[in-house]
Amino acid sequence: MSVPRFWRKQPQRYNLIGTKCETCGTHYFPPRTLCPKCRREGKIVEHKFKGTGKVVTFSIIRTTSEEYDIQTPFPVAIIELDEGTRMTAPVVCDINEIHIGMPVKSTFRKIVSDGPSGTIVYGTKFVPA
Amino acid sequence: MRDVAVIGIGLTNFGEMWDTSFRELCVEAGVKAIEDAGLDGEQIDEMFVGNMSGGRFVLQEHIGALIADYAGLATNHIPSTRTEAACASGGLAFRQAVTCVASGMQDVVIAAGVEKMTDVSGGETTDALAGAADREWEGIYGVTFPSLYAMMARDYIHKYGLTREQLAQVAVKNHFNGARNPIAQFRKEITLDVVKNSTLVADPLRLMDCSPVSDGASAVIVCPLERAHEFTDTPVKVLASTQATDTISLHDRRDISTIDATIAAGNRAFKMAGLERKDIDLVEVHDCFTIAEICAIEDLGFCKKGEAGKLTEEGYTALDGKLPVNTSGGLKACGHPVGATGIKQVCEIVQQLRGDAGKRQVNGAEIGMTQNVGGTGATVVTHIFGRT
Repeated sequence: MSVPRFWRKQPQRYNLIGTKCETCGTHYFPPRTLCPKCRREGKIVEHKFKGTGKVVTFSIIRTTSEEYDIQTPFPVAIIELDEGTRMTAPVVCDINEIHIGMPVKSTFRKIVSDGPSGTIVYGTKFVPA
Repeated sequence: MRDVAVIGIGLTNFGEMWDTSFRELCVEAGVKAIEDAGLDGEQIDEMFVGNMSGGRFVLQEHIGALIADYAGLATNHIPSTRTEAACASGGLAFRQAVTCVASGMQDVVIAAGVEKMTDVSGGETTDALAGAADREWEGIYGVTFPSLYAMMARDYIHKYGLTREQLAQVAVKNHFNGARNPIAQFRKEITLDVVKNSTLVADPLRLMDCSPVSDGASAVIVCPLERAHEFTDTPVKVLASTQATDTISLHDRRDISTIDATIAAGNRAFKMAGLERKDIDLVEVHDCFTIAEICAIEDLGFCKKGEAGKLTEEGYTALDGKLPVNTSGGLKACGHPVGATGIKQVCEIVQQLRGDAGKRQVNGAEIGMTQNVGGTGATVVTHIFGRT
């Protein structure tokens, strides 16, 4: 991922900061700048998520593109955060341990690096809670 | 709006076509379609080219003009437009052609689909395909297409208790059909054990649950129904053409293992055609992974949610079943050159309705349907066709 593209979402990726629509009360992560329910009637504000949630579904990735290959096999999941929104993220645990409904909490981890001299992308992964 | 008919189809072989280039593939399919319709190239009024990622797979953009040029039509200065909706790019090109003729804007329009995926490494292909999902919030974690569909499969299995055998049976059936299709990438039957023992790609999906990486092109010519008999004795009428969207990310869906865009596009199609599910004789659905075919059958309304696995196991969707699904071999066995798939599905239905499908002919096929999916279901294009 290019430096500016990663850099401008750094606060959100590092701190699990999403958004919330104050009109309808819906939370968004990944953050949205327009509420799909209220559209222009919506009032979007920043919201820091607690980072706790549960696994809705998951897979163990065995084959992926070159830069992530070193991490295989690794679990990836759709996580439902306690505030009510869902996001996709890797889960750091034994591949035999992950299961639907597993409680998880967010953690700050390295995601990927762009070769030996490129950007190192950090962000949110999850661990068993 | 005017009624629209398909008057010509053209297909290349699907597979690893190392000695044929992107433009050659597309022109080959286009010329076959023009010959099939008994046309001259000069009679083509407009062109749409479905292509997902020429920029990644062959480092070529400006696909509309490129194909018009190599088809010898650039000097006629016809409008030529590339359409892109990931793996639904071909279906979308066809829909644009239908809309163009139905509106009265043009009379004779060609829709082509093309993808050349084997010029780059497997890793680059995986990464390019990941662009069909949300790059910033799914792709960044190394999430691949098989893993997104694997998460759908896991959710589906959890809710409905689909068995490993039922899932594998989708691949076995589609390879049986593909073995009877002369353009298919895999003209070989396989057994349940082959699927169940193949390498894990993204649990619970194995290699033989996945459609392959392919090269290939497809083309279709449409014109107003009232003019169709000028060109062919066997025009096929377009009874419905619909498209629907949903969230780009799988995690934002209402239900992880239901493609709501399929439900929406399907409902609109049946309404537009004035038909019921029982009127459909055969269907080509987007089986990029075995689970996708299970979901498609249900989301199109051919059975209740949770029943498609059992129906597949019982042979309901087999070539000689009550509702043959993916008689071409589907994406699984026929191959999945992403931009070409949507139009290949149309070509298969047209062949079936004309009675030209050879060893995979469905007896008495009169009405057929296609369902083409982009990404994990953010775009769905459906069409219904009838014999005239």
